[in-house]
Amino acid sequence: MDIFGSFALVLAFVCAVYAFGGGIAAIFTRHPLLIKSTRQAGMAACGLIFLATFSLEYLFFSDNFANAYVVAHSNRDLSTFYKVAALWSGQEGSLLFWSFLLAVYVLSVLITYRNKNGELMPYVGVVMAGVQIFFLTLNNFVASPFKALASPGADGVLNYVARADGSGLNPLLQYPEMVIHPPNLYSGYTGFTIPFAFALGALLARYPGEKWIHLTRKWTMIAWMFQSMGILLGAHWAYAVLGWGGYWGWDPVENASFLPWLTGTAFLHSVMMQEKRGMMKVWNVWLVFCTFLLCILGTFLTRSGIVSSVHAFAQSSIGSWFVGFLVVIVAVCLGAYLKNRDYLKSENQLDSIISRESSFLFNNLILLVSCVAILSGTLFPVFSEWITGNRISVGAPFFNKVNIPIGLLLLFLTGVGPLLAWRKTSTESLKRNFGWPLGIGLIAGVIALVFGFREIYSWVCLILCVFVASTVGLEFYRGAKVIRARSGATYMASAVDLTMRNTRRYGGYIVHMGMVFVFIGLSGAAFNRDLQKDMQVGQTMQIGPYSLLLQGFDSKPEKNYTAQRMLVEVLRDKKPIMMLYPEKRHFSTNEQNGTMVAIYSTLKEDLYVVYAGDSPDTQLPVLHAYLNPLVKWIWLGGAVVVFGTLVAMLPNRRAVLVLTGAQQPATQPLTHGLTPSVTMREGHD
Amino acid sequence: MRKQAKFGVGIGVIVAAMGFLAWLGYGESKTYYHTIAELPTLTGSAKSQRMRVGGTVAPGSIHHVTGRIDFVLEGEGKTLPVSYIGSDPLPDTFVDKSQALVEGHSNADGRFVAEVVQAKCASKYEAAPGGTGGAAASSAQRTSM
Repeated sequence: MDIFGSFALVLAFVCAVYAFGGGIAAIFTRHPLLIKSTRQAGMAACGLIFLATFSLEYLFFSDNFANAYVVAHSNRDLSTFYKVAALWSGQEGSLLFWSFLLAVYVLSVLITYRNKNGELMPYVGVVMAGVQIFFLTLNNFVASPFKALASPGADGVLNYVARADGSGLNPLLQYPEMVIHPPNLYSGYTGFTIPFAFALGALLARYPGEKWIHLTRKWTMIAWMFQSMGILLGAHWAYAVLGWGGYWGWDPVENASFLPWLTGTAFLHSVMMQEKRGMMKVWNVWLVFCTFLLCILGTFLTRSGIVSSVHAFAQSSIGSWFVGFLVVIVAVCLGAYLKNRDYLKSENQLDSIISRESSFLFNNLILLVSCVAILSGTLFPVFSEWITGNRISVGAPFFNKVNIPIGLLLLFLTGVGPLLAWRKTSTESLKRNFGWPLGIGLIAGVIALVFGFREIYSWVCLILCVFVASTVGLEFYRGAKVIRARSGATYMASAVDLTMRNTRRYGGYIVHMGMVFVFIGLSGAAFNRDLQKDMQVGQTMQIGPYSLLLQGFDSKPEKNYTAQRMLVEVLRDKKPIMMLYPEKRHFSTNEQNGTMVAIYSTLKEDLYVVYAGDSPDTQLPVLHAYLNPLVKWIWLGGAVVVFGTLVAMLPNRRAVLVLTGAQQPATQPLTHGLTPSVTMREGHD
Repeated sequence: MRKQAKFGVGIGVIVAAMGFLAWLGYGESKTYYHTIAELPTLTGSAKSQRMRVGGTVAPGSIHHVTGRIDFVLEGEGKTLPVSYIGSDPLPDTFVDKSQALVEGHSNADGRFVAEVVQAKCASKYEAAPGGTGGAAASSAQRTSM
């Protein structure tokens, strides 16, 4: 099976090279048969990558310990669930998995547009094939997952050998999120290849701007959604497994996954400027280019270990390949831009500082500032070594100082932006749209002050969250009211109807609401508390409103590990609420230990309990308890964001329906281009 | 004022403010990397900087003492005695011969006082895929946000 897999990979490489070279020839000759054959070669490459991936997975499931990768990442007792995940637990497998997910996207694009957009698709095909060639080069010639174990025999000839058992999967990865988090994040990383291919293809082909933007919108949203889920699942994994009580540590690899999300978010917003007003064309093209570059950079940082000192343990030669690839992409993008930049001329100019355009502009600006700050902080050790010879790193305070104000500013724009009119907004409509929400937000702020809220950032965050939630709520309410007046349905049904009529706009609002939840959760971090105590059986420890009573210990042998558990009873007001079982796990296959946190999670706060080992002084077990307010809102917000994104991807239920007259006050001059909140048009708002 | 100028001012204010905050954060959290061999050669203010040092834990050198944990890091043929004074328990992967990274200050008597210890078993380490590789690598204490 390993020979089958590596053969499939070689063939996939050949097909991708044909799709690339033949594609370029097809662009120049316009020969229909050549165009068709390169497209089919692209599809064949994808199919062959699927075969290779499945054959590696087969090696895992058949416990083939003659394969070096399987030996290093699996063992017989590993559960089926984790044997799937073992595929992407190491360098070679993850790179194959990259190719696999990319192939899924590429194949979908090739099939979806096989009879459409004839002028553009050959270009897109060539770009996609180019990216595939790079990863297939790594899969085939640099980091093949199909290496067999061999040792020299008595005659000096290498013979194949097989181990009796593998050395097992890293315990840190034996957690359910580890099975779903990497595929999500990788789907995000790989997914941004598609908008990139369309942007670069359109630029090369001088294809009309609105068209490629329209074509890529869904693909961008899919990639963005996976990226969001991947980041949050990663944060949740770090929270639930690493046992340090937090979910985000500004680790270089976390940052790497966050960077393309920032530029991708900026792109999703600024495309609307191009669709509506024909502006920001250069900007949009470069946002897509940068997003893709950051995806490759992210993969590079993860895989090469160039930055983090902790990752220095995983140094590998693969880095130079990525650097080379990044240089090639930059050169190609720059070349294409310089050659065809006249085609990206803006059709309009900014009219007013209080307008939808300017809110998008500032949204983009601060997302980019955040991106640059995080990128420079992440790469600081590398650059400082180049320039001064000293490796200097920056830590969490650096990232927090910049990103907390940026986050709040962004949150503010989330509330304001969607309700500003294009071109220019009148004071009238500002009052109408923001009077109530601003009032409610300020009232919430005052109430919080009265109740002794003294953390400035969290306080501002609270006001803004209430403000944004009110603007979103008001939008739904006003729209639903108009529909209700006509149909007589309930508010709820009217709101659903409203959403389905303009999924893009209202799906967007749902996403914004999700972000509000995420911010609520993040603001809780200012109030985190933790306490650590050496515990004897029968002793209690008090944290916040909870008493933790250590009832005893037990030992639970599982198939792949042995768990030492603390039996902790949680009481509140002397009444027992539940039992928590923080664990220490010992994996016998590789003699490693793992920690399993126990969490009692409510919307108000998380009680987070860690069995922190035995105290060196007293030999007693140490219980480390954290009280983290509002954390659950982050995960909840993530779910809402995903839901909203899915809604925004749905087609509108009914065609153009303009209710402007019913809503617009007679005094409001329409010439302002003011989009009243319930104007329902074709869903590109 | 012309519109473009207004935008220019707005953008300038934001960028300048963020730059200032970044500079503050940089001053607060910058940490130098040094190798064990480099430590004795440092002079003046470089000696008292906050720094990170990496090495391998010398077998049998981990001793629990009241209020701290002492161990010895080895690297490039040199050794460095370390006292860990942090409050968090050491990571599961911190054992003899594991690779460790300590963060803190160098003492006058040549002992390194670490507030943070990150560790990874050298023989087995592979970066985890995707965004959590770093997190996976540091089954260690980190400053929370």
